[in-house]
Amino acid sequence: MGATIDLWKITKTVLFYALVVFIVVVSVFPFYYAILTSFKSGTDIFRITYWPVSFSFENYQAVFSQGSFPRNLLNSIFVASVTVILALFLAVTAAFALSRVRFRGRGFLLMVILAVSMFPQIAVLAGLFELVRAVRIGDWQMYNTPWALIFSYTIFTLPFTVWVLTTFMRDLPVEIEEAAIVDGASPWIIITRVFMPLMWPALVTTGLLAFIGAWNEFLFALTFTSSNDTRTVPVAIALLSGGSQYEIPWGIIMAASVIVTVPLVILVLIFQRKIVSGLTAGGVKG
Amino acid sequence: MASIELRNIRKAFGAVEVIKGVDLEVRKGEFMVFVGPSGCGKSTLLRLISGLEDITSGEMLFDGKVVNALAPSKRGIAMVFQSYALYPHMTVYENMAFGLTLEKGHSKDEIQKRVEKAADMLQIRQYLDRLPKQLSGGQRQRVAIGRAITRDPKVFLFDEPLSNLDAALRVATRIEIAKLHESMDNVTMVYVTHDQVEAMTLADRICVLRDGLVEQVGTPMELYEHPNSVFVAGFIGSPKMNFISGEKAKAFNADTVGIRGEHINIVPGNGTWTGTVIHTENLGADSYVYLEMGTEEPVVVRLDGANNYKSGDTVHIAPMPDKVHRFDAAGKPIR
Ligand SMILES: Nc1ncnc2c1ncn2[C@@H]1O[C@H](COP(=O)(O)OP(=O)(O)OP(=O)(O)O)[C@@H](O)[C@H]1O
Ligand SMILES: [Mg+2]
Repeated sequence: MGATIDLWKITKTVLFYALVVFIVVVSVFPFYYAILTSFKSGTDIFRITYWPVSFSFENYQAVFSQGSFPRNLLNSIFVASVTVILALFLAVTAAFALSRVRFRGRGFLLMVILAVSMFPQIAVLAGLFELVRAVRIGDWQMYNTPWALIFSYTIFTLPFTVWVLTTFMRDLPVEIEEAAIVDGASPWIIITRVFMPLMWPALVTTGLLAFIGAWNEFLFALTFTSSNDTRTVPVAIALLSGGSQYEIPWGIIMAASVIVTVPLVILVLIFQRKIVSGLTAGGVKG
Repeated sequence: MASIELRNIRKAFGAVEVIKGVDLEVRKGEFMVFVGPSGCGKSTLLRLISGLEDITSGEMLFDGKVVNALAPSKRGIAMVFQSYALYPHMTVYENMAFGLTLEKGHSKDEIQKRVEKAADMLQIRQYLDRLPKQLSGGQRQRVAIGRAITRDPKVFLFDEPLSNLDAALRVATRIEIAKLHESMDNVTMVYVTHDQVEAMTLADRICVLRDGLVEQVGTPMELYEHPNSVFVAGFIGSPKMNFISGEKAKAFNADTVGIRGEHINIVPGNGTWTGTVIHTENLGADSYVYLEMGTEEPVVVRLDGANNYKSGDTVHIAPMPDKVHRFDAAGKPIR
């Protein structure tokens, strides 16, 4: 009797880990293969191997000598960072209003914000394009500058960011805010010195997602920029071309992709530690 | 130092009127306690005084000046919340200094002196570097009181500050608040509670609220000895005053007769009333005997020391004549 139970237990454990391994392999394999390919050179690339056989930095050198790639990388960093800062600033202030200021139509507004985020990108592409083309201040026009991307990415991240931060802020104890009011804090002070320190987990999470979204975005980046110097990395990678029009430079593309992923991995690793839960502990009674 | 005057204050949330026209004066340096049943509007009234809630109609005056539209921080008040409401991410020191750092014109040295002085008063100096989550409930509440003291307010507002503490701590902190009131004799304090003992021991005057209206204002002894209505008589004092109506009350020329448990004697025979013991409680210093004698609730007699009455015993009782409260049909006292 005992033996059969043990057998069943072992089977369950084995099945569980088999499933885990399966999921991990399926989700990690594409990245693994990209890294593997990026270190291959010449015709090695077209031989299918699952373990490193040769090792060369050729592709990486090629990427950085590809004229505008470093510039594209800087563009990406700039666009994604400014988008995050702008989106968080707008979202935190909007969330304060939506969660703490009583006004008519608040619930409706919140639903509209959520509804907006359900539209697919392609549906608003034409409208956004018109908007971007229309914005010009004197001689300066928004089209084909990083600001066109920052503008559109912020629009697209805001609904989610506002929604998450509003939900989070609504759960912060009202008494803490009232104590701050009695202490003479203005709404701005309450947001920056009382609420934001308590909202680190939410800020980091939404900020990180906004960054990743802006970093990887392709469609808007392709549409709103037209020159090599203003492109961001995803578009630049897609437009990498080989020696002839019949040759796709897989090695270089893979190397570029790996380079692009590294900053994200670093960011996640840094901020993962900052996500401290239970930050409000001790402020108010249970 | 500030006196507070409320003139026909009303407060409505949407269509629901919660405060229905309150007139009240809190004198300079006074310790005023608001009591009343749950939901009668004590907290709301306190929040109207603090400015956290807008007044729907009526006038609020601090030292004779209308403050209806004045922001809480401009009223010279400090508030202690039931749930402490400390800033979780700040140390005790930062919590206490926060208000002062926001005001212009306080040097670092001055802020430090004031925080340390308040911390000494409440014996929390050794915790100044800690975060709220590293403190016990009682310590947190003392920090909250310390934060209020640091601001050097003219008016101190407390909303049930002790109700989250256990019994022993509650007594200790209550005594601390009483000492605080003595040492800061030019600070006006308004204190919300539904604890009898807190109200009786702390208050210079008690304001009994009922359903958004002031039922009676007076010193604890005034309310105890001369309640203005059946409601106040039943609300002040523990155990609750006994109410006897019907034929038995007619004998006293009243609709309802009220008599406190401590003002009833058990007599060998020939008492005013007789009853059957249904329950006894011995608390050591005193004891309660519950009698069934045809009233709505059992009549409670409070005796000094322990007693040996048993359920089923028949006893004769006599109220002390000068301690009998007589009320008419409207619940008003007959004097
Ligand atoms: N923000 C609000 N919106 C709507 N109604 C409210 C609001 N605040 C309080 N009330 C209502 O006002 C009434 C009085 O509330 P209040 O908190 O002043 O009672 P309280 O006397 O402090 O009671 P307790 O002893 O339970 O704390 C209650 O019926 C409550 O439902
Ligand atoms: Mg209350």
